Amino acid sequence: MERTILRAHNLKKYFHTKRGVVRAADGVSFTINEQETLGLVGESGSGKSTVAYTVMGLYPSTSGELSFKDRDITDSTKKRSKTLKQDIQIVFQDPGSSLNPRRTIRQILELPLQVHNTVPKKERVDRITKLLEMVELPVDFMYKSPPAIGGGERQMIAIARAMATNPSFVILDEPTSALDVSVQAKIINKLIELQKGLNLTYMFITHDLSLMRNMASRVAIMYLGKICEIAPTSEFFRNPLHPYTQMLLSSIPVVSEQEESLKPKKIVSTGEIPSPVDVPPGCSFHLRCPRRMEICSRIDPVMVTPSKNHQVRCHLFPGAQK
Amino acid sequence: MKKKLLDIQNLEVGFTVYGGYLRVLNGVYFDMVEGEKVGLVGETGCGKTTTAKSILKILPVPPARTTCGTIFFKGKNILTMSKNEIRNIHSHEISMIFQDLTAALNPVFTIGDQLMTAIKYSNFRYGMSKREVRKKAIQALKEVQLPDAERILENYPVQLSGGMRQRICIAMALATRSTLLVADEPTTSLDVTIQDQVLRLLGALIQEKDTSTILITHSLGLVREWTQRVYVMYAGVMVETANTAELFKNPLHPYTKGLMAAVPKLTGEGIAAGIEGRIPDYLHPPSGCRFNPRCPEAMDICKKEKPPYFDCGDSHKTACFLYRD
Amino acid sequence: MRIATTAAEKPLAPGIRERIRKGWYTFSQNPLSVVGAVIIFLVVFIAFFAPFISPYPEHAGNFVDFDNASQPPGKTHLFGTDVFGRDILTRVFFGFRLSLIMGVVVISLTAPVGVTLGLIAGYKKNTWVETLIMRITDIFVAVPPLILALAVAAILTPNIFNSMMAVSLMWWPWYCRMVYGIASSLKNEFYIQSAEVTGASTLHILFREILPNCYGPVFTKVSLDMGWVILLASALSFVGLGAQPPTPDLGTMVADGGKYMPDQWWIAVFPAIAIMFVVFGFNVMGDGIRDMLEVEKG
Repeated sequence: MERTILRAHNLKKYFHTKRGVVRAADGVSFTINEQETLGLVGESGSGKSTVAYTVMGLYPSTSGELSFKDRDITDSTKKRSKTLKQDIQIVFQDPGSSLNPRRTIRQILELPLQVHNTVPKKERVDRITKLLEMVELPVDFMYKSPPAIGGGERQMIAIARAMATNPSFVILDEPTSALDVSVQAKIINKLIELQKGLNLTYMFITHDLSLMRNMASRVAIMYLGKICEIAPTSEFFRNPLHPYTQMLLSSIPVVSEQEESLKPKKIVSTGEIPSPVDVPPGCSFHLRCPRRMEICSRIDPVMVTPSKNHQVRCHLFPGAQK
Repeated sequence: MKKKLLDIQNLEVGFTVYGGYLRVLNGVYFDMVEGEKVGLVGETGCGKTTTAKSILKILPVPPARTTCGTIFFKGKNILTMSKNEIRNIHSHEISMIFQDLTAALNPVFTIGDQLMTAIKYSNFRYGMSKREVRKKAIQALKEVQLPDAERILENYPVQLSGGMRQRICIAMALATRSTLLVADEPTTSLDVTIQDQVLRLLGALIQEKDTSTILITHSLGLVREWTQRVYVMYAGVMVETANTAELFKNPLHPYTKGLMAAVPKLTGEGIAAGIEGRIPDYLHPPSGCRFNPRCPEAMDICKKEKPPYFDCGDSHKTACFLYRD
Repeated sequence: MRIATTAAEKPLAPGIRERIRKGWYTFSQNPLSVVGAVIIFLVVFIAFFAPFISPYPEHAGNFVDFDNASQPPGKTHLFGTDVFGRDILTRVFFGFRLSLIMGVVVISLTAPVGVTLGLIAGYKKNTWVETLIMRITDIFVAVPPLILALAVAAILTPNIFNSMMAVSLMWWPWYCRMVYGIASSLKNEFYIQSAEVTGASTLHILFREILPNCYGPVFTKVSLDMGWVILLASALSFVGLGAQPPTPDLGTMVADGGKYMPDQWWIAVFPAIAIMFVVFGFNVMGDGIRDMLEVEKG
């Protein structure tokens, strides 16, 4: 029986800037079950990173519910308990800047051990060695600094750092976007291996839908701060309902005829992605939607469930006009 | 039969650094005819940008050194051209779209300044007046489907989105009416839908002006959709080349095969294991075939001799002893 | 899931020798920096061993020999003698001591204070802490250095110690500003945020995460500052606020010698060249240090 480990309901995160209110996350609701991988897909301005960082505690949420293992976590990390900090970890996007270039790998991996004091001082080198072995990196990397090693290896260190405190939930924010395909394959396989071996739950963020197809158990697609569609992976790809999903899927470059046939009919995208400061009225996607109707420019649709476990937010489906 | 526009033969380029000499390009062969769209695919560190910069002769000469080889463009060797001839090439013949957008556009000048400077210099011999240059600039922006061209001329790069900036770089590159366009990862930093738009646009413009293009990228999917012929590069060597459709149907070189397998597929069959090992250390590159330490099908000869190109069908060549026929 | 069972053998210590070798390579890429380093090495050596290598060590103190006064440069006195008959070469050697000491003392006081305040202000950007620190910095920056030094000297007795205090007072804000700029830009880097979510203390973040990223600019500035402080100290001595006679101080020597220009030019010119020499050395060495400490992003 799968237990829900993370629950978000109508989560909002607004930023107040000189240019106006940025509605980065505007009413996001989802649940993640234990040992599952929820994929969060979206382009710039979609709010996927904001959601991840709010769950992580980098910002406090503006409103809405957010609970982890049935405990409220709407606070930022400053106010969170140490056990919570150990339990939720994050792997950042850019391996170039997620590791301090002026510190050695050993110091980087030792920090979480130091802060949480999970391991007594004399055993720390041992634990670091085990972490390095876990990500299949040579032990003498301990004395190197991030600029001396490649991007893929740096990301492995970031993963090792996240695993150092034995978390149960790991957020992966575009962990392989900056890496080559062959390196990405190694990292993704390692992540899958670790998930099975350490019973982890993942929130996986990426803009690469092909990657998502192979990594996530459920996929949620976001646009300008709201979730447009959320469904189990195979259902999501087999039967994409939202026009934005179809647009995205039809734009991805693939490497085989077989895959081409799986893509929905080509929808040419037009127009720029609006900024989250300037959200269009009604449905935020209507300006670029090839199937927009009159109602779309007036009323923002609500989430409906046209088929089992498959939710969509679009006026094309009955019930969204509430 | 169309004339050969660019012909690179046995190019060897290296860099002098602390600790020795990095032998990056180890005998690069590349050619294309007018009007072709050729892809150059390879991962980080394989030497694709070095090759591109060699074609444009913009490598910083120490520490870079070209030890061997020729780059024939329209029948003349770029490597032996004078400074004036090179400048002429830059203004009228070859243009480049760079990978790093923030580096390509100067943040302290307006778009108008930069675009008009590019147009002015590329049309030096025609001597255009300021008004003509400005008209041409607006026309270029309209060609890349940027709305409100007049206003954009007054904007600074930082005020525009990534997609718009990339389109401006394309406008700048195409406004000079060059014969050859080298596009180095032109869409890496863009969102998928914008990437699609930009490439579609680029494709249309190239078609219209009959510009030959080299598309450099690490994305196999992009190459499959946008090019007619492909070169696969690894560690400073072109390991395989073929017509695009043929390459994807029938990849021969173990590296190409490994790369294709590592790409996540929409079919959801899981992700292959990737390729063992790391890219070679250019200070001490492996002897023989540079891919041999990582090759699942390496043989004894691969460690000793550098493989030549073997013909494997119509325009399909690969540098691998497995195909010694 | 593979469980690591092998006990790790003590991995080899980092190649410190390797790092030094690489550092020297980068440094020596610029030949001018090497010239600077040689100059400074020479100056430090001279200053350190002044009593042993100067021809007339007793001339550095209270000494008069009017028979030998105002001798032009010659065999017995390479730089000539001043109006009291003191050997100028010796006094220049001892003058280096004072200059270097002033530089070291001032920078040892101001750099740590300025850097720490800059770290705190930059990290706590957009809070009252930042405002407080930076506005105080602004106040100090607004006062012209020489005026501040004169004011301090007017209140206190003119001597080396007080002039060093005066120079220090107006020196620390520049370190603060520089580090403030770096710290506030690094504040949002992923690795800082990672340290925050891990739960690292603010002290750790300031001194273990941000500070190492400031070494390059800070040490470059230290090197250039040595030159500037020496120059400023010489200026203070020139107007009589620094070392008092008979202590050999390069600035004082230039001031005293100025009265006898242009006939007995050597009394002022050699100390002036000495000042130029040492300032130049620190300046060009600073370039090399900057190259050496530059952070490679990889």
